[in-house]
Amino acid sequence: MKFHKLLGAALLASSMLVAGAANAKTLVYCSEGSPENFTPSINTTGTSFDAARPVYNRLVQFTPGTTQVEPALAESWTVSPDGLTITFKLRPGVKFHSGVNGFTPTRDLTAEDVIWSFDRQWKPDHPYAKVSAGSYDYFNDMAMPDLLESVAQGGDNMTVVIKLKKPNAPIIANLAMDFAAIHSAEYAKFLLDKGTPEQFDQIPVGTGSFQFVDYQKDAVIRFKAFDGWAGKPKIDDLVYAITPDATARYAKLKAGECQVMIAPNPADLPDMKANADINVLEQAGLNIGYYAMNNLKPPFDKPEVRKAFAMAIDRDAIIKEVYQGAGQKAKNLIPPTMWSYDDSIKDVEYNPDKAKEMLKAAGVEGLKIDIWWMPVQRPYNPNAKRMAEMIQADLAKIGVESTLVSYEWGEYRKRMQAGEHMTGMLGWTGDNGDPDNFFAVLLGCNAEGKPNSNNIPKWCSAKFQEVVNKAATITDQAERAKLYQEAQKIQAEEMPQVNIAHSTVFEPISKKVTGYKVSPLGAHEFQNVDIAE
Amino acid sequence: MIRFFLKRLALTIPTFIALMFITFVMLRLVPGDPIEVRRGERGISPERLAQLRHDMGLDQPVWKQFLDYANALLHGDFGTSIVSKSPVLHEFLTLFPATLELTITAMLFAIVLGIPAGVIAASRRGGVYDQTLMGLALTGYSMPIFWWGLILVLVMSNTLHLTPVSGRVDLIKFYYQPVTGFMLIDSLLSGQEGAFMDAVRHLILPMIVLGTVPLAVIARMTRSSMLEVLEEDYVRTARAKGLSWTRIVGVHALRNALIPVVTVIGLQVGGLLAGAVLTETIFSWPGVGKWLIESINRRDYPALQGGIMLIATIVILVNLFIDMLYGLINPRIRHAK
Repeated sequence: MKFHKLLGAALLASSMLVAGAANAKTLVYCSEGSPENFTPSINTTGTSFDAARPVYNRLVQFTPGTTQVEPALAESWTVSPDGLTITFKLRPGVKFHSGVNGFTPTRDLTAEDVIWSFDRQWKPDHPYAKVSAGSYDYFNDMAMPDLLESVAQGGDNMTVVIKLKKPNAPIIANLAMDFAAIHSAEYAKFLLDKGTPEQFDQIPVGTGSFQFVDYQKDAVIRFKAFDGWAGKPKIDDLVYAITPDATARYAKLKAGECQVMIAPNPADLPDMKANADINVLEQAGLNIGYYAMNNLKPPFDKPEVRKAFAMAIDRDAIIKEVYQGAGQKAKNLIPPTMWSYDDSIKDVEYNPDKAKEMLKAAGVEGLKIDIWWMPVQRPYNPNAKRMAEMIQADLAKIGVESTLVSYEWGEYRKRMQAGEHMTGMLGWTGDNGDPDNFFAVLLGCNAEGKPNSNNIPKWCSAKFQEVVNKAATITDQAERAKLYQEAQKIQAEEMPQVNIAHSTVFEPISKKVTGYKVSPLGAHEFQNVDIAE
Repeated sequence: MIRFFLKRLALTIPTFIALMFITFVMLRLVPGDPIEVRRGERGISPERLAQLRHDMGLDQPVWKQFLDYANALLHGDFGTSIVSKSPVLHEFLTLFPATLELTITAMLFAIVLGIPAGVIAASRRGGVYDQTLMGLALTGYSMPIFWWGLILVLVMSNTLHLTPVSGRVDLIKFYYQPVTGFMLIDSLLSGQEGAFMDAVRHLILPMIVLGTVPLAVIARMTRSSMLEVLEEDYVRTARAKGLSWTRIVGVHALRNALIPVVTVIGLQVGGLLAGAVLTETIFSWPGVGKWLIESINRRDYPALQGGIMLIATIVILVNLFIDMLYGLINPRIRHAK
């Protein structure tokens, strides 16, 4: 009897789904893995951020396809003259998703939701602080606890006031990052009352363009369009087909089983470009792969030695062989898609003869060094070992003998941050599109002139530091850009490290898909996408 | 019979403990801990690392961690995944039906084709059939699974458009909630027209890929075992009695020839689960194999240990079952001292 009832219900539900599916526009995205969960603030991977992105909004957001920040849940904001107070005006009438996990919201978005979302990440007494063993990595990485004095309600419940400990311009860009997603405080309370708070991170409710429908681990995530504050998306259903193997993703794209795919094999690109049904979108990634010389270890304390090294390395050959063409030679630390990029900087020429002379002039002879290579493949460096071998051969031409060194990935990074290497490679992928996120992170030093841990060349320049610190405290973007351009000039002059390449991001999509933009931040977004029948 | 069973069961206990110990220690010998791996080039401050390690109990000595783990395991607690934060047993049980569906169908595929192929080859010893079939079996046995899978996708899916590329269901046409986790059953329960055939079409390629090696092994085993039996006196007697060749082979010889084949089938179960890891990766099949691979990359100790223990339990149980079956078929084993 029970079985019959179940079968009946299943039949009814499925016939409704089929009826609904008849005219629905469905877009399938071939993603690469399962999300850790659906709360961005407790996650660290792009895969997880992508999975939660359709559901949530933030106070501000990145304009699709750019690193520029635009209003989102906050329709406007003002910064006080001393730079210490930011006042956000929330957009009125913002609805939360209804009917997910038995939850029906009774009110629109207010300051309470914003405060709840931030407090969870830094107030240990917050009821959700410990849920899902939350460690709020990005909130801490972006130094939010050091920046924030308070997040509170302003004059009415549609105003949020953020007070800072010190003026900080990049914080607005931080607020457009996934970890700053705004959750429903009412849904949180609903689950807490039901005694199932952990569902909060598994079954998400937000204000975004798509409402969560279902997730089957390692198989599929389903969303449906939500007619919210940003308007109804053009597609009705959004499906993530979890497909870890790049070859399988491409096979699915060819067979029409998905319309957008992440991370193609570089080897498949020529075939993809020749395929009449596929558009291959490309953009310089927001990243940098570099070769650092430890400035604390002689002879790398001398700029002319560092320059000679830069001149000895044939980066064109590296782009061709290591990146297989999917990279562009880097002359600056920041990629060209980022505002303040200084195109007037003259790139170092490849000239082994001159490099040899420069080394001789600096009194360096019979130099023996180590070259560290990362044991993993990263977007900014697809084959570190090959790169190390090529650099080794290049350096041999100027009379430098080198040995290759590597460790397990965690160990590698730890030792390098501690400065054990003489020379080695690492890289960075930007978080928030702000130049500060490159200059201060990768070449920053503390007040005592000691390098920060992510400063792998261990290079500290008072002049550089002053410029970068100043740029972080003023809000006028044009003025900030000038300062960062100065920073790039200092870097080109001092050559603390050799900037190798910015890798190119490729996204093959079906020609039926329109309105899709490649995000320089690596996000995959579908709110403006349409698909031809 | 019961005594035999209990004896066999008792023997599995030390196996289980040894396995638990070895996997636990081995995983910890692999360099890199889950937090460091998760952090990548971003790095982490020593204080925060210490705090997180403490929260996960990773700052305890390994022997203490092992005892805690063994104790929890005795209470049926397989721990919580570091990555997804959900219980390991729950994750395993969610994903296992997919692996089971794949391995069962692959095994059926191997048995249904392998035994007749072996019988035909044996009864036409040295003939064209024999040589062709055994040549094919050798090819199947030596083929790398990954390559074989990709070739099949390229030919069957991308060129001939006969089968879907990967996954378990057409995501655009069908949507139904898993009830049993077996798509062949769930698709029928969904009542959606065409759902069952869709599930079957999705199963074909992974089943062939995973079933190829066992198919080859079973075919070769059946052939050699059959050849041996056909030399026996009673076969000659049966022939002398004037029984038809079909009856001799199908009834008298086959039953006796199957004993070693059953053993081989049991041994193949472990191999199938190992093969499932690759097959699941090629076909984006949401089973435990793929899950274990991801857990290795993320150093998700609890998920890995739990997963390995559960799979090992299954393999041990299947072998126990085969032992029992063997005992039933051949009383000499049961009574052997």
